[in-house]
Amino acid sequence: MNDALGGVQSVLVLGGTSELALATLHAMDLRPGARVALAGRNPAALSAVTVPGADVVVLPWDASDSAAGSTLIEKAVAELGDLDVVLAAAGVLGDQDRAESDPAHAAEILQVNLVGLATALLPAATQLKKQGHGVLVVFSSVAGLRGRRSNFVYGASKAGLDALSEGLQASLVGSGARLVLVRPGFVRTKMTAGLEEAPFTTTPDVVGAAVAKAIRRGSAVVHVPRVLGPVFVAMRALPRGVFRRLPG
Amino acid sequence: MTAELLTGWGRTAATVAEVTRPTTPDEVVAALRSGRSRGRGVLPRGMARSYGDAALNAGGAVIELTGLNKIHTIDADAGLVTVDAGVSLDQLIKHVVPLGWFVAVSPGTRYVTVGGAIASDIHGKNHHVEGTFCQHVRSMDLLLPSGEIRTLTPDGEGAEAFWATAGGMGLTGIVLRATLDLLPITSAYMRVDTERPANLDDCMQRMTERDDEYRYSVAWVDSLTRGAAMGRSVLQRGDHASADELPARKLKRGPLKYVAEPKLSAPPWVPDGLLRPITVRAFNELWFRKAPKQHTGYESIPFFFHPLDGVLQWNTIYGRPGFIQYQFAVPLAAQETVRAALDRLSGAKCPSFLTVLKRFGPANDGPLSFPQPGWTLTVDIPASLDGLGALLDGLDELVVGAGGRVYLSKDSRLRPDLLAAMYPRLSEWRKVRSSLDPEGLLQSDLARRLALL
Repeated sequence: MNDALGGVQSVLVLGGTSELALATLHAMDLRPGARVALAGRNPAALSAVTVPGADVVVLPWDASDSAAGSTLIEKAVAELGDLDVVLAAAGVLGDQDRAESDPAHAAEILQVNLVGLATALLPAATQLKKQGHGVLVVFSSVAGLRGRRSNFVYGASKAGLDALSEGLQASLVGSGARLVLVRPGFVRTKMTAGLEEAPFTTTPDVVGAAVAKAIRRGSAVVHVPRVLGPVFVAMRALPRGVFRRLPG
Repeated sequence: MTAELLTGWGRTAATVAEVTRPTTPDEVVAALRSGRSRGRGVLPRGMARSYGDAALNAGGAVIELTGLNKIHTIDADAGLVTVDAGVSLDQLIKHVVPLGWFVAVSPGTRYVTVGGAIASDIHGKNHHVEGTFCQHVRSMDLLLPSGEIRTLTPDGEGAEAFWATAGGMGLTGIVLRATLDLLPITSAYMRVDTERPANLDDCMQRMTERDDEYRYSVAWVDSLTRGAAMGRSVLQRGDHASADELPARKLKRGPLKYVAEPKLSAPPWVPDGLLRPITVRAFNELWFRKAPKQHTGYESIPFFFHPLDGVLQWNTIYGRPGFIQYQFAVPLAAQETVRAALDRLSGAKCPSFLTVLKRFGPANDGPLSFPQPGWTLTVDIPASLDGLGALLDGLDELVVGAGGRVYLSKDSRLRPDLLAAMYPRLSEWRKVRSSLDPEGLLQSDLARRLALL
């Protein structure tokens, strides 16, 4: 159960090696005896992950298998009991140039980031409704805001995830469960290593702290850094011609 | 049956449950049966004055018993009353005071049901003399998950089940009806001696020396002042006044005239963070200064026992984040622990305007009953206070180290790993509980969070 001060006893991580998810786990108040299930496609890498103050179990899950989501949630419930928090953080950046010439690669990006997460998030939401409590945390991205020349396949996957999450959030009203939609800007991680940094670049620790606070306080949408909230609004309003000329 | 978002009195950690409100024992049995089918357990609930998650059952069924509220019979010779579990102490007091009786134990609010009072085994300002609520329960009818109704008494055959239910957090069955001791009184007034101890040591010393001379004793403590005046307090002790000692102006409407209607409501909207060190410091200063240094006077029953009930929904003044009430008990010898706890709380600028110190008398046979002989300190803290989680985790350790415990009816965040150390008879309680509820139908958020069952 989540306690009165945001203490958490069980967490399922979709994408258990995600740096944003791990930073969030570190910033959260995991109560003594808390259990964390890390789901992902690389059991060896997941087994190497430690979370201070929590017992960790590894659950094999391949986001490219659309049928795997329901099974995963069942296994997680069998392992953890009630799911206090579900962190949906699985994602690949992919290669935009390759995606444009090789549709199979585009499909892979969309499959992991959107279809894979959606097919796990939907049964997770059903479970949380049944429990009458719990928090889904979805890591969306600034890239989903508008289609950009440099990364629109990845952007499309995040745009889909963002819309799915917003709708799911509405479906949870009155159920006792809720969804926190996280929209980070450019975050320095393994995934973005080597890319040119964008304005308002941040780090996993900053994102983790902001997400942990949102879980505690019950916020609906979190922009990291916070200034991205108003920036998003402005970007949406920009005429197409101007938007295209923006750097990056 | 409706899905409702429920919280405790502290308005934290809300969860959704299917709520039914039966008005007859048959309807309670039916609600129990239909609750079973959800597969997330069933929990009885009264007026939900427990602060945390004791009266919540996420995803499951909650049976609210406030509609089962008949006062059946009063035996004036024996001083006994038989009531339904959903009767509130407010209702009961209103009914019996004009007849020359009072409830044997009253907590700081009269808005609790008899069933809730049993489930929490509540205490009042007379614990040092008269023990807990359940020590004045002569018998109770407990509906078991099997559908069987058992009549339990504090001794004899059903004693084990009786004492597992006393403070059993509603997890042993559903109390339907109880027979309670009443206290004879000749007036609806209290004779109250007020003193103003200069600090915590002074207050504890005065309580140690003279508490035994009074039926009721409690001290309000300033939670923010530090240094030599840390723990300066207002100590109030007294007893029911007899009709013939009352001053004439109190007698005008008859000595047993009892009036208890809330005069105020908390405003509908309160800014988050209203209660912060600066406002609470001002309140504490005022409260301390307005108390006489030494005074004997007469107060009405509501004013003495239930001052906060004068403001309906006072819990909303903490704003949206809600609040935590932390209450612990430590043995008499652990006076130092109380001082250390208050030192940490005031050091953290903990803006508690309801800080209360009391000296408990002997414990009873209930394995989960909270009171143990010694000191009990209660603080109210806004849940939004920075660093509160770590502060309270630290206090838990301090309390356990001194052989103490926290009160489960107030709890909403205890470290689950400390539960067994705080309640050494937990395994004994679990054994009795599972004999009463072998399929594990009764459930609560508190039970899930603390792995109580």
